[in-house]
Amino acid sequence: MNDQSDNLIEIRNLNYSRGQRQIFKNLNITIAKGQVTAIMGPSGTGKTTLLRLITRELNPDSGTILVEGIDIAKLSQKDLYKLRKRMGMLFQNGALLTDISVFENVAFPLREHTRLPNRLIRHIVLTKLHAVGLRGAADMMPSELSGGMARRVALARAMVMDPAILIYDEPFVGLDPISMGVIVRLVRKMNDALGISSILVSHDVQEIATVADCSYLISDGKVAASGSPDELSNTRSDLVRQFMHGMADGPVAFHYSAPNYAEQLLGRDAE
Amino acid sequence: MLRDLWYALDDFLRTLGQLLIFFLRLVANSPSILFRRAGLVVKQVYNAGALSLVIIMVSGFFVGGVLGLQGFSILSKFNAEDSIGTFAAFSLLKELGPVVTALLFAGRAGTALASEIGLMKATDQLSAMEMMATNPLRRVLVPRFLGGVISMPMLAAVFSVIGLFGAHLVGVNLLGVDQGAFWQQIQTTLELKDVYEGIFKSVVFGVVASLLAVWEGYNAVPTAEGVSRATTRSVVNSAIAVLILDFIITARFI
Repeated sequence: MNDQSDNLIEIRNLNYSRGQRQIFKNLNITIAKGQVTAIMGPSGTGKTTLLRLITRELNPDSGTILVEGIDIAKLSQKDLYKLRKRMGMLFQNGALLTDISVFENVAFPLREHTRLPNRLIRHIVLTKLHAVGLRGAADMMPSELSGGMARRVALARAMVMDPAILIYDEPFVGLDPISMGVIVRLVRKMNDALGISSILVSHDVQEIATVADCSYLISDGKVAASGSPDELSNTRSDLVRQFMHGMADGPVAFHYSAPNYAEQLLGRDAE
Repeated sequence: MLRDLWYALDDFLRTLGQLLIFFLRLVANSPSILFRRAGLVVKQVYNAGALSLVIIMVSGFFVGGVLGLQGFSILSKFNAEDSIGTFAAFSLLKELGPVVTALLFAGRAGTALASEIGLMKATDQLSAMEMMATNPLRRVLVPRFLGGVISMPMLAAVFSVIGLFGAHLVGVNLLGVDQGAFWQQIQTTLELKDVYEGIFKSVVFGVVASLLAVWEGYNAVPTAEGVSRATTRSVVNSAIAVLILDFIITARFI
């Protein structure tokens, strides 16, 4: 019973497949409260899919996902929405609503779910925008923002309802080094200052190492390794070493499965 | 061959069933959005209705003008050019008003709806809403659907009025038909029932065109190609549905 209160999310024996491909095979993951947990893995291992399963945008084939001890598969739509109000999610490309301004984007959850007076909404929104350094961009439209700015606005929006859980989907992809550093610090600061728990999906090993308390490396539908960044980089496993050090050769093949190269060039594969 | 036909039919019926369920969900969510979030609907009435006004008015004017010319050339063979007003009014109110407006509406507003919703899906905006505990069906689809349903009859009315103006301009001012006869003929022959038929048609077409546009956008494959296909399909399907329904409704009213 005791460890249940420490665990934010427990994934037990999760199976999920899309079409013919089985993406997760008996996956088990525990995410602790109040920490930054990273989920890493080579591209195409279904990291984003895992997030969509945790937020029940997708339903698993079998297995259970407990969020704060509650099986999310059993929630009604109303209770699911109640839970989602306590989760903030940062999408890969920001996913800002393109027909409204930056300010209105951040205000969106407040306007949808609360009956706060306009002055208070303005106050909250400007505070959150200030936290990500974009108070000056409040009146801009999402199309005028750079990629890094859009992601910071999305971060402000994700935390505007003061969520207990923040979920980041590839927050570091495609950012310049400055924006990247800013986001990395924001993730850490947000987690510690606001006492929330963060889940981070990424394959940027260096950034993860600076920000995460605990990380899981997923490969081939299973957890290949887990632990603190230091523990991971000192692991002997070939796969972990290959991934952490970015080596081309190792258990994870660079080439997608294909017929024999020479045979195919010679046109013999058609037979 | 027969089996293929059967599969195609099976597929069609399934889609129709899903479309019906989708329609019922939209309708079930409509009252609460209409009364509690009227602002969202008003914005969409502006997008679908007000922004379509120019194309509707220009088209209406020229369709009416052509009716005046054609009506004159046919009716003058029977020395009945005074009936040009009746001819134009009947054609516009009962047929051309609702049908042409619906076709233009599908091309102007329907494509905008389908591509907007499809792109929102492709850029994760609908997922983001879902994650912010907001149902995109209620927040995005219902207001757009209602906007179309509300705009369409008004656009059809505008089309008919402007069309009649065009016919009057051509018939009376250009070709010299007596103005008194023009209006008086309309007054004596046109019944309220005929007006109702036009209104009824435009409401039905509005529902169909908006429904198909929203449906195609929502079910678009979230890629550039998928959205463009959905946009095309929304126009093609709306046009076919409108013309078939027009035949059925006309047959019922006669």
